[in-house]
Amino acid sequence: MPTTFSVNGQKRTVEADPETPLLWVLRDELKLTGTKFGCGAALCGACTVHLDGEAVRSCQIQARDAAGREVTTIEGVKGDVTAAVLAAWIKLDVAQCGYCQPGQVMSAVGLLTQIQKPTDDDIDKAMDGNLCRCSTYHRIRAAIHDAAKTLAG
Amino acid sequence: MTVSNSQSQLTNMFALPSEAPAPAGVSSRRMFLKLSGGAGAGLIIGLAAPVPGLNGSAQAAAAAGAAGNLAPNPFLIVAPDNTVTVIIKHLDKGQGAATGLATLVAEELDADRAQIKTEFAPADAAKYKNLAFGVQGVGGSTGLANSYEQYRSAGAAAKAMIVAAAAKSWGVKASDITVSKGVVTAAGKSATFGELAVLAAAESIPDKPALKDPKDFVYIGKSFPRVDSEAKSNGTAKFTIDQQFDGMVMAVIARPPLFGATVKSFDAAAAEKIKGVVKVLQVPQGVAVLATSTWIAIKGRDALKVTWDDSKAEKRGSADIVTAYKALLDQPGAKARSDGDVEAGLKAADKIVTVDFEFPYLAHAPLEPMDCVIRYDGSTADIWTGSQMQTLDHGTACAVLGLKPEAIKLHTVWAGGSFGRRAIADCHFVREACDIAKAYGKPVPIKVMWTREDDIKGGYYRPIYVHRIKAGLDKAGAIIAWQHRIVGQSIMAGTPFEAVTVKDGIDSTSVEGAASLPYAIPNLRLELHTQKAGVPVLWWRSVGSTHTAHATEHMIDILAKEAGKDPVAFRLELLKDKPRHTGVLKLAAEKAGWGTPLPAGKLRGVAVHESFASYVANIAEVTLKDDGSFKVDRVVCAIDCGVAVNPDVIAAQMEGGIGFGLGAAMKSAITLKNGAVEQSNYDDYDVLRMSGMPDVDVHIVPSSAAPTGVGEPGTPVILPAVANALLSGTGMRTTVLPMSRQKYKGQV
Repeated sequence: MPTTFSVNGQKRTVEADPETPLLWVLRDELKLTGTKFGCGAALCGACTVHLDGEAVRSCQIQARDAAGREVTTIEGVKGDVTAAVLAAWIKLDVAQCGYCQPGQVMSAVGLLTQIQKPTDDDIDKAMDGNLCRCSTYHRIRAAIHDAAKTLAG
Repeated sequence: MTVSNSQSQLTNMFALPSEAPAPAGVSSRRMFLKLSGGAGAGLIIGLAAPVPGLNGSAQAAAAAGAAGNLAPNPFLIVAPDNTVTVIIKHLDKGQGAATGLATLVAEELDADRAQIKTEFAPADAAKYKNLAFGVQGVGGSTGLANSYEQYRSAGAAAKAMIVAAAAKSWGVKASDITVSKGVVTAAGKSATFGELAVLAAAESIPDKPALKDPKDFVYIGKSFPRVDSEAKSNGTAKFTIDQQFDGMVMAVIARPPLFGATVKSFDAAAAEKIKGVVKVLQVPQGVAVLATSTWIAIKGRDALKVTWDDSKAEKRGSADIVTAYKALLDQPGAKARSDGDVEAGLKAADKIVTVDFEFPYLAHAPLEPMDCVIRYDGSTADIWTGSQMQTLDHGTACAVLGLKPEAIKLHTVWAGGSFGRRAIADCHFVREACDIAKAYGKPVPIKVMWTREDDIKGGYYRPIYVHRIKAGLDKAGAIIAWQHRIVGQSIMAGTPFEAVTVKDGIDSTSVEGAASLPYAIPNLRLELHTQKAGVPVLWWRSVGSTHTAHATEHMIDILAKEAGKDPVAFRLELLKDKPRHTGVLKLAAEKAGWGTPLPAGKLRGVAVHESFASYVANIAEVTLKDDGSFKVDRVVCAIDCGVAVNPDVIAAQMEGGIGFGLGAAMKSAITLKNGAVEQSNYDDYDVLRMSGMPDVDVHIVPSSAAPTGVGEPGTPVILPAVANALLSGTGMRTTVLPMSRQKYKGQV
């Protein structure tokens, strides 16, 4: 049974089994490969996307649960917060292997959308679900503070 | 230097020429030279695969041949559009190889940072071998060290040709021309590299272009931002998992539940009924399910009924293995180092301290699981993967598919972490992709994916090791005897590297870091018991130093405490003829304010260790909590890695190495019960997360020595530094890893 939802502002209909995790629909059907597979169990955050504006783990959302909703991936995320986050990530050379970083960026955009000036505790809470095996955490924290500063103007 | 270029399938060998210089920073995974018996000993490594030769149709070669390009060597292409493409011979799995090699070319070329692009080299050992290995591949923190002169020379050659072309064209002397940020100027004229590329390509290629005086460096030792930050942040960087082709099928493999088990029989009926499953195949690795999407392949695998033959499988638990190893600590092992007379030293000692250590199996768990994409049509193949040992991976594909080297193109792509996992002698994830493609027999692209569970349960772990150090102090508190025994599995045994890395029963990777103990101790002996287990093991970021650094550096603090001495002063006393250890130790101590008072509940610990020819000291500041847990707040890190080519990449590698080492130290262990791995994902194989990451403050010792590696040396020092902080505050020793196995309580 086809499922229809919006991805990055465009209506998309997919034929996948409605139980298929959104992650695999995005990657294998819609060829949006910025959203990564890391664990398949909501333990690593590499698959983080925004569902109706909220950061979620796409490996735990079944296609049918996305029906009629707005999915935003790293390919389509836009706006001032996104621009500030990406600029900070590049300025501080956060990435090492880079595999987790789209998920980190999606979580950071989610955090800064909710809390304009996050504390270190806020960052710990919002970002603890996003693993980075290269341990770029130190720079992710700095980049979130940097983006917050940019947004404060 | 040249690789023995015999293409004969009979020889199956790589030869390193006798004149091969040993670049600084070549150890352990720099195995190829270390045990070669010194300069002049011809080193032969037998490999089970044919030597691949030129990969004639590589995209780099094609681009180099294009009209108008200046491509005087295999390492760069200056195009008329004014781009400079640096061909990266090593895998970049996050350590910054692409940025590092680009920095070297840009420096000598005087290119502008913005015009630099990078591209991974094809598999071609003749052009792109690691000068420390003799084959194409990277590891052991050799990437930059072996390339330092090669890539600088490549840039310098192109610059000389551009300058010569400008001189001719403008009728000026070459010495009157200046080049800066990609612009060539003289006597009121100026041109870009792109404008001069065609003319420059006609100039003769200098044999030995002059290299810059380091005082004239504009990028090396200064700043050269990463080449991959933007693509990796915005999701456009393509990893193996991201390769997309029309008609591609996805494959996962049902793998044996015990190491060494094989398929006895299987029932694929239920799997084959699932819409989208296109094929179920038995392969040497297990049973492969091919499907139109990854999710369907995983569902298909879940529906398989496989009966395994476990008659030859490892059925011991990890506790059984530790018990067996510990029994050997009472017996002398093979001698790895012997100075003075350790028995006499122990006899003369005023106080003897004996400490045993236990280190668990550790998984690398890179965030991108193992994966490989293959397209094989019976006579040619393309393979896309994060290949860390291109020569071995390419050779394996040739052997499995029965094709000549020129029929297989190996495309190296960005890898989502490795930490040792992708540098693998048996090339198993390339091999299984070839096995599946061959068995399937259709010319469609196939992506073979490991799930996280496959990865955590899949072996290739840092081995279990147990240690005993028995040390004697004299009346003045000086160490006069040090007897160190290590028991563990050999990483090198059974690999093509065994012949040169295992000598007289000693696998150099089992004892590295202990064999090089820098302290002035008159009577010292290091022994090794090498044990066999049916669990596949592998180097894990910093290899032997993952355990030897902790055993030795924690023992030093235990002894300092027994002797009533300050740990930094105690070390400095024993390191009088070790200027580079002393240099990093003093720098870290000064920057951390060693000896200044700390707030209540806070503790400080120190450790210093050399690995891969780089010297690292850490001072960890730790908060001990009432419940016996602790938090590492801040780490001051000093490193001496010779010339600091890219200081920010060095800082990043220290930060990352510290986080990687700290997570494993605090939380990680793979355990086996009756041979079965008990962990399966990041919930039960716990690793460091944001909230556990300390502040890291990196200081680089200024140096003009040859550059050495930074990928590994940041990892091993943090564990003993944290353990030493806790020892100072609680008196508790950290002898069984991970640290989560005990609560730290006691005097503060």
